[in-house]
Amino acid sequence: MSRFRTGLHAGTVLLVMTALVLVGALSIPAGAAVFSPRTKTLANGLEVVVVENHRAPVVTHMLWYKVGAMDEPQGKSGLAHFLEHLMFKATDKLKAGEFSAIVARNGGNENAFTTQDYTAYFQSVSKDRLGLMMKLEADRMVNLKLTPEVIEPERKVILEERRMRTDNDAGSQLQEESGAALFRNHPYGTPVIGWEREIEHLSIDDITSFYKRYYAPNNAIVVVAGDVKADEVFKLAEKYYGRLKPSDLPTRPDWREPPHRADIMVTMKDARVKEPSWSRRMTAPSFATGPDKDIYPLEVLINGIGGGGSSVLYQSLVVDKKVANSAGAWFDPAARGPGQIVFYAEPAKGVTVEELQDAFQKELAGLAKNPLSDADIEKIKRRLVDSAELALDSLSTPARVLGQALAIGRSVDDVENYPDRIEAVTPEQVRDVAARYLSRHGYVTSILLPKATESVSTGEAENKS
Amino acid sequence: MHFMKSQVRFFALILFIALGTLSAAPGSARAVEIEQVTSDKGIKAWLVHDPSVDVIAMEFTFRGAGAVMDPQGKRGTANMVASLIDEGAGERDSKAVRSILEADSITMRFNAGLEDLHGSFYSLNRYRDEGISLLHDALTAPRFDKEPVERIRRQIISNLVQEQSDPDTVASNALMSGLFGSQAYGMPSDGDQKAVVSISTDDLRAHVKNAFGRDNLIIGVTGNITADELKPILDRVFGDLPAHSKAMKPGKEEAAFDGGTVVKSLDVPQSSVVFAQAGPARRDKDFYALYILNHIMGGSGLNSLLSGEIREKRGLVYTVTSYLHPLTGAPLLAGYLGTKNASVKEAVGLVRKVWKDVRDNGVTSAELEDAKTFLTGSYPLRFTNSSSIASMLAAIQEDGLGIDYINRRNDIISSVTLDQVNAAAGKWLKPDALTFAIAGKPEGMAASPAN
Repeated sequence: MSRFRTGLHAGTVLLVMTALVLVGALSIPAGAAVFSPRTKTLANGLEVVVVENHRAPVVTHMLWYKVGAMDEPQGKSGLAHFLEHLMFKATDKLKAGEFSAIVARNGGNENAFTTQDYTAYFQSVSKDRLGLMMKLEADRMVNLKLTPEVIEPERKVILEERRMRTDNDAGSQLQEESGAALFRNHPYGTPVIGWEREIEHLSIDDITSFYKRYYAPNNAIVVVAGDVKADEVFKLAEKYYGRLKPSDLPTRPDWREPPHRADIMVTMKDARVKEPSWSRRMTAPSFATGPDKDIYPLEVLINGIGGGGSSVLYQSLVVDKKVANSAGAWFDPAARGPGQIVFYAEPAKGVTVEELQDAFQKELAGLAKNPLSDADIEKIKRRLVDSAELALDSLSTPARVLGQALAIGRSVDDVENYPDRIEAVTPEQVRDVAARYLSRHGYVTSILLPKATESVSTGEAENKS
Repeated sequence: MHFMKSQVRFFALILFIALGTLSAAPGSARAVEIEQVTSDKGIKAWLVHDPSVDVIAMEFTFRGAGAVMDPQGKRGTANMVASLIDEGAGERDSKAVRSILEADSITMRFNAGLEDLHGSFYSLNRYRDEGISLLHDALTAPRFDKEPVERIRRQIISNLVQEQSDPDTVASNALMSGLFGSQAYGMPSDGDQKAVVSISTDDLRAHVKNAFGRDNLIIGVTGNITADELKPILDRVFGDLPAHSKAMKPGKEEAAFDGGTVVKSLDVPQSSVVFAQAGPARRDKDFYALYILNHIMGGSGLNSLLSGEIREKRGLVYTVTSYLHPLTGAPLLAGYLGTKNASVKEAVGLVRKVWKDVRDNGVTSAELEDAKTFLTGSYPLRFTNSSSIASMLAAIQEDGLGIDYINRRNDIISSVTLDQVNAAAGKWLKPDALTFAIAGKPEGMAASPAN
């Protein structure tokens, strides 16, 4: 989650920053580069990545810490995100709120976000303010001053954020619980925002020790994209970040999710729900867990069957059979832990969730044997490869894509080679992953129902609206 | 295509202000060159030739073609048209259109607001020709085949039904309906179930026939394209439109700012609170003073006065914001916050308190300078992607700000004085007329009687 969501602001809508699923680089002919970044690692372990883009005299400066909600101690959920909020409070040099005031005074936009895997902070400013942004980030990386006076109001803010994102919406509450059901062992089962009770009890010591343990130059990546020259950025980084001392990072537990054999159903009935919905999620290969060879074929497969209005699932369930108002699927391999495949649909009026589920399962069974035509596979590959070129039409997207990749343990080459890896996917590989993944068990099915519904397996939702 | 996610109509309106110039303040200035392009058939567009990425981005508006044109009892017609003209046109049915758009990564989508109907077109240049052909057909020969019409209708209705549980939408609908009653702004642009069920294909076709003309069309284009390349594209896409549309000229709407609070009971732990009073029209002489004032009060995220009192000091909210919403018929100064039910009364009281304080005491010189530095210094950030530049070109034309606006804008902001801002505060801020709507279970506040 990010520290704030604003409404209309100076002419644009600022979007809430949520855990980004950025898969992929742009395409350009095979063998060519995508963003052509330059990189350097400082003596203290800080990685610095630069993408030059001379379109406008501005830069995006991002600082990614390789620590996220999954690194929180047991019973202390919400810690990483709470710390993210508190990073905008006082340091030895700054009063609480002064960081944001300085950024604003320098014409900068800023925000931050926390995910399971990493925590990132960023500013977009005029290029001549880059040094100042680095100075500010270097300061708060090591000099944060936490006191009860700043912590307590912010705890309340976070509880409001939790209410907005989760408690106010039955569907979000269901997804929170089905996430907990999906991960039998891995800390991904704990929500990034934290369980309410645990947020309420996080202490100043909890936060301080998490901060000291993980916020260090050898656990961080600086990514700069914009109207800069790489060598000048490296010089600035050395000037502002070079003097920070590396710390002894703790060894991360080698979390392993055991194989999932049992299928779980998570059902929730709530008076706020007007129309039922259905989704099914399962763990899947990630860049961390592998197997690598399945990832790009899965990306092509899932995009083809569930990514958009011309996708197989949408055309079949929504357009042809008319059993759903919406239907799709997505796949996320960009994680330090297990990846996920998610199928989702909302039943059409007069169709029960069970009927929808039957239809969806039939569809998947068919796709497992016969997923996509060769022509469709080529179309999807082209679309994925083109997305890399389109990512260049943005100041911040290249920085986000590179930052995310490095923060989860991938390399610059992995990003730059994305088009080649997609191009290399064959129809045979797509058929192979379809057969092995689409009829797999060990999934969690989430069903959201209006209160009046008798049960999942009998009858229609009785809610009349 | 219709997007299933519910949208709060108050916040879904994007880019109400076109402010764009490559900045002066920190950093170097770079003037933006806008060309006025007129095609052989007389279609006009503003173009910024930007070869950074090999794309074309085109943003266009049919003025007065939004919900204001919906017939009585059929509110949601413009919205349904916007959701359907990309679902089959000319020789290509819905599946064919979507297949091409997705295979070629082309964006072609439409959005109907209360007043206007907007279109976005974005494509890598190598796919442009196919996309232009689709766009032409969408505007001149939409098919409105039975399958997509019924599918989109179902999706719109499903959205409307689900929005009944969304406190943001319930609050904002309640506010607009309380302020405007049966006038055009009193109902959301997506309509209500009864209306949407009754919209026929004839209604959809009639809207297209009446709404899209060459005389209510405004176009902004950016990308790796020259004026000579653009002219035939303009003719191809828009050349077959009728010379004159029957779009509505916006009329004045009377808003009942009674300073009261409407409460809609909704079983959620956090109430959505929206509020509004009269605001300046885009060309009002006080507009820039109020624009800066609003930024200080509630438009600057964590740095705003409202955020300082309500979030930073007391932790009552995650979000509190205010903004100008210069609807042609009734310009507004509005805001939003979300807080747990037990804190609503306190939060509402703090909003009124800040409103009073600023009306009576104004803002400080330091607050003004900081606001100006941000607004001018951050301006270049709007010029980092093609679609946002094209949107600005369209918006500047819609507001009649002049082709040199981008290069003047920062000077305009910089020249606003403290006296002007504080005079505007004294004249415009009306804490007693600030009208609220709340969706939730705010403690100590009874639900309003249903109407």
